[in-house]
Amino acid sequence: MSATEQELKDFRGQVSAWMKDNQPADPGFLLPQTFMEVGDERQLEFLREWQHKVWSAGYLGMAWPKEYGGGGVERVYQAIADQEMRRHAVPICFNVIGLGWAGPLIIDIGTEAEKARYLQRILSAEDIWCQGFSEPDHGSDLGNAQTRAVRDGDEYVLNGQKIWTTMGNFAQYMILLARTNPDAARKYDGLSYFLSPMDVPGIETRPIRKITGEYGFTETFFTDARIPADCLMGEEGQGWKIAMQTLQYERGAEAGAAGGLMMVRVTIDDMIEELHDVMRDGEPVLKDPVMRDQLVRMIMEEKAIALGDRRAHIAPLTSDYPGSLPLSHKLRTTEMTRRMRQFAINLQGAAGGLYVGDDEARQGGFWQRAYFNSFSATIGGGTSQVQANIVAEHILGLPK
Amino acid sequence: MSVIGNTALKFSEEQAMLLDVAREFCRDKSPISKVRAQLETDTGFDAALWDEMVALGWAGIALPESCGGSGMGVATVVPVVEAMGRAMLGTPLISTTLAAQFLLRAGGENRFEGVLAEIASGTTAALAQLENADWGDTSIACSITADGVLQGRKKFVADAEVARLFAVLVNHEGAPALAIVRAEQLPAGAITPNTLIDQTKRSASVDFTGVPVTAENLVTGEAVAEALRDVRLLGALLTAAEATGSAASCLDTVVDYLKTRKQFGKLIGSYQALKHPTVDILSAVDSGRSFIYHAATLVGDGPLDRDAEIACRMAKAHATETLLYAGDRAVQFHGGMGFTYECDAQLYIRRAQWSQQQFGDAQHHRKRLAALLLD
Repeated sequence: MSATEQELKDFRGQVSAWMKDNQPADPGFLLPQTFMEVGDERQLEFLREWQHKVWSAGYLGMAWPKEYGGGGVERVYQAIADQEMRRHAVPICFNVIGLGWAGPLIIDIGTEAEKARYLQRILSAEDIWCQGFSEPDHGSDLGNAQTRAVRDGDEYVLNGQKIWTTMGNFAQYMILLARTNPDAARKYDGLSYFLSPMDVPGIETRPIRKITGEYGFTETFFTDARIPADCLMGEEGQGWKIAMQTLQYERGAEAGAAGGLMMVRVTIDDMIEELHDVMRDGEPVLKDPVMRDQLVRMIMEEKAIALGDRRAHIAPLTSDYPGSLPLSHKLRTTEMTRRMRQFAINLQGAAGGLYVGDDEARQGGFWQRAYFNSFSATIGGGTSQVQANIVAEHILGLPK
Repeated sequence: MSVIGNTALKFSEEQAMLLDVAREFCRDKSPISKVRAQLETDTGFDAALWDEMVALGWAGIALPESCGGSGMGVATVVPVVEAMGRAMLGTPLISTTLAAQFLLRAGGENRFEGVLAEIASGTTAALAQLENADWGDTSIACSITADGVLQGRKKFVADAEVARLFAVLVNHEGAPALAIVRAEQLPAGAITPNTLIDQTKRSASVDFTGVPVTAENLVTGEAVAEALRDVRLLGALLTAAEATGSAASCLDTVVDYLKTRKQFGKLIGSYQALKHPTVDILSAVDSGRSFIYHAATLVGDGPLDRDAEIACRMAKAHATETLLYAGDRAVQFHGGMGFTYECDAQLYIRRAQWSQQQFGDAQHHRKRLAALLLD
């Protein structure tokens, strides 16, 4: 039976009150805006505690099955909880690979044993999950992954290297794409998918220092690392198919995610709000005709994307190039975000040259760091250039 | 409240049907060969084709039923004009629609019932407003004397030579007023045609000096200024819709060429230097369509509100810059062919310059958007 409007309204009030009462105090250090920015133990512990609290209160994994730690209610409740988390600007639920990708995948195609073993601990943040897809030599070319998994009795032996492993140094588990058959006729058919433990001899992580100066990713090395054979998900050779299914969750196409605020969205309103008092030529920056023109362009760009999301659902207005709006969405939003954040530094005058750590940096260097971090989205998940190729080839039909 | 503001976007069944019919009509009746055949004619369009459009009811879709229109509102003109833009079909539909809207909005539904009924049944009309090249100039020199005689000249009057009716913006005792003038009233030699960069379009200077206007053909009062502001915004929207259609077919032209032309042994569409800007055109056209139908969602028969004004200005600022970019790249990507008159890229790059300058260019609108959004 569907929830009534009154029930949903009451629920919203209840979440809102809870968020207000439980909103953590400012910890005195910059909190990550996305899960890719968890750089040290104190950030990790802070976020782990917060996620556990949100889940304990019943506001995370609300649509996941009850027997695995979920709430067993309609998705609409989680959507409301997420909106309230965003509205109250609480910290993120950081176990994103678990909540958003591995969890929904396990619910959809996992065995009973896998569900029982993993799902609740994802929600409670007892198990942090990471993802082992990208390799140093195969950034955007996922199908060419070369990390080897060789069956030996009731174990697989792993050798190779992954890179850009978000929270690799903190994670208990990894969703791993590895090659079980190097001789397969098609490179895709040689891949298999594993739910691999990280605390295994032979798996080592090395933190990567990012452009921001902080940590957040690791390189992950596999040297004769042995994992139980039942870590294989599905069957050998199904790795590519399962990886593609995982990416569907990443792109938000499937509705299986546990929910929770996954990233702090920084909007153009935030930029205007925070920087309106900057002076330029002795006047507020928002009075400067050149800066005004730039801002209007950015507002239009953001509005066009919001309108495009609407138009995408109106079939007669998408008949020219069906699929163009959704397929170019990642390209457009991430590029827009990058430019907007760069402009936010530009707006600051001489203070734009300050950085995290300087007492006089505006908002503690928030925009400077945010700009650098925005590249994780224009590069990760397929670079903008690869995205443009995909749109050109799949939507416009241009040759490879 | 967010600066992003209103993001309503609705598209009715009627609009969808109209878009479908208009696209098919324009595709069948106005292939590029027909467009080219009109480039150097006096009127710039095929009179028989205009009659067919009138028969389909397009001259009156935005007009009230009491005036012989179909009462569907100006929003329904948007899909028709987009389709015309796609086919590069030059007709007096935009001019006629805007002149009618000026009459309707300044004078009210009843006052000009007869004239509007004429327009709905195919009488072409033009909007005579500018006196110089500055869209931001609010002064009006063209005046009406105490005994009701016009004095002055209007410039850049689109479709002036074929218009049977003129909606003329005049200065009446220091305030804007609307005078209705019949083509027959103009003295010989009053119209001086322009040579336009876009050969699918026509415009002229019109000297109204000496034309008498009776009291019933003169609208004064505050409603005129508001109507003028709204008609200019609607002009911006319709120009944006047309430009968006043109940019979409410009994109198709580029894509076709990139899929067939070979250089260095490869289809040129495989080169990323051409591929990626083409994707940029696609994205810009996508945004253009979102903007024009968003604006169409917000403009009604009544005075335009703040959200509608923002939407029309954004649509114009975005759409014509999109066409400028698409046309410019279309010429470049066609290589040596692109430099020739024979290549269709010229049609788009010419249309782009024309569209940018109708009802205020992108900078004009962004300047006003800044005031609306940031002050």
